[in-house]
Amino acid sequence: MVKVGLRVTVLAYLTMLLVLPVAVVLWHTFHSGVGPVLRALGTPAAAHAFQITAVVTFYAVLANTLFGVLAAILLVRYRFPGKRVLNALIDLPLAVSPVIVGLALVLVYGRTTGTGKALAQLGVSIIFSIPGMVLATVFVCIPLVVRAVAPVLEEIGDEQEQAASTLGAGSWQTFRRITLPAIRGALAYGVVLALARSLGEYGAIAVVSGRLVGRTQTVTLFVQERYQNFDQQAAYAAATVLVATAVIALLISRLLRPKELAR
Amino acid sequence: MSIQVRNVRKTFGDFVALDDVSVEIPSGSLTALLGPSGGGKSTLLRVVAGLEQPDSGLVEIEGREATRLPAQERGVGFVFQHYAAFKHLSVYRNVAFGLEIRKRPKAEIKKRVTELLELVHLENFADRYPSQLSGGQRQRMALARALAVEPAVLLLDEPFGALDAQVRKELRVWLRNLHDQVHVTTVFVTHDQEEAMEVADSIVVMANGRVEQIGSPDDLYDQPANDFVMSFLGPVTQLAGRLVRPHDLELFTTPDVDTVPAEVQRVTRLGFEVKVDLRIDGRDAWAQVTRGTAEQFGLEAGRTVHVRRAPDRIALPVRSA
Repeated sequence: MVKVGLRVTVLAYLTMLLVLPVAVVLWHTFHSGVGPVLRALGTPAAAHAFQITAVVTFYAVLANTLFGVLAAILLVRYRFPGKRVLNALIDLPLAVSPVIVGLALVLVYGRTTGTGKALAQLGVSIIFSIPGMVLATVFVCIPLVVRAVAPVLEEIGDEQEQAASTLGAGSWQTFRRITLPAIRGALAYGVVLALARSLGEYGAIAVVSGRLVGRTQTVTLFVQERYQNFDQQAAYAAATVLVATAVIALLISRLLRPKELAR
Repeated sequence: MSIQVRNVRKTFGDFVALDDVSVEIPSGSLTALLGPSGGGKSTLLRVVAGLEQPDSGLVEIEGREATRLPAQERGVGFVFQHYAAFKHLSVYRNVAFGLEIRKRPKAEIKKRVTELLELVHLENFADRYPSQLSGGQRQRMALARALAVEPAVLLLDEPFGALDAQVRKELRVWLRNLHDQVHVTTVFVTHDQEEAMEVADSIVVMANGRVEQIGSPDDLYDQPANDFVMSFLGPVTQLAGRLVRPHDLELFTTPDVDTVPAEVQRVTRLGFEVKVDLRIDGRDAWAQVTRGTAEQFGLEAGRTVHVRRAPDRIALPVRSA
């Protein structure tokens, strides 16, 4: 009885919060057929938003993958002063609202600040352009790869790595041939989470990008802007594409898992 | 000398793992590092392999100063207690690992790996994964992997520690035979004195981060340097305030030169051996005799016998605790 009750509760919870809203979005998207959807997605503004999201997501996921693996190795394999502080800092983005992250970036790199002026003289602009959006996205995704990889590193231990080094492997060879295959599944999972989070980021991006239509507008900003301008077809269509991309990424991460690790 | 360790000290925080340790291991020998857990023997092995850095002291391998050399440049083979098998690689690829790192030609790798798999009796398991092998098979694979790169020295850290008793005994004999075939200088860590005595040419006894004694199994058994070595390497009992081997006690039915009277408390037959628990002068002791002796004396609980230490046998004063 308890089991049935639990199952019903969990299913009802997920239905109300996840299944129902997504289903409604899908219904709104396709209720007058596929034609209007394709037309809505084919507008220059929509195409540009997808391009911006792709670029920002690519760099943010790349940066977080590299940083995530390095930070996980540092935290699990080494002892150093300040380790606990670093460990706590990595979780900070979960606690801080993305909007505040965006504001903080504006305060540091904005055009009226010292840093912003210095960078502007070098021809680099951070705020209201792609680099700032990448920074904001990187920040909100920081914990995802680290927290996926670190427990697996802990679990596999360092004996295989030590064995590789006694067999003549340098640290890069050991990482590529021994550590990386062992953490592959966890890494793929962390990357997919980071990817999904990057695609969907709104708050920090909204502050940092300046929402310049046709210049710094990502898909999430596009959805919101179209919705407010009563172009609901475009808003729903873009939202559906975002959801579908995230779901496909999750499915791929399941398939990528090597069989012997899944057992 | 194949391995020279000079005045090595290693601490982990407040814990002194190695306290001014010096050891020489001759080329081609099979040496056991024997001692209780936490005595520093694994740390010493890891210092030789380059997996730990000593705080001070020197390590030489094959006449080459190696103290600051990283593990991958030392030319040592290392076998771990829990195998450290590369789980995502087949048995073949595990053994080939060191050769692939050295970028040897494919044909040479194939030849060498095939030979090694035959040597460790795993030729039919080349395509299996470590998860499909038993513990003993995994450890033999790990040994073949370590031997593949033709190491100057082979280091084994409690190689049989994770195996069950039967496999353990088989692998001991097998390691001994393998060493007779391969002749690579071999050092293995164990806390099992029987294993050390059975397998090794030479034993280094370690306790509390220090070397207690180095010698052949017979030397250590017959001429232990101190009461610790004597108790660790074999059975001991006390007679007249001295530590003696229970099989060095002679029993008499009537008083004789130097004998003391003893009351038999209990007689336990262990096959050919008989363990006789005695009460001598208010203290417990025991003697190990043959079945023939026990029957000849008609030993049974309650009898009084007369006991002395056999002449010329080792006896050490008991260290006051």
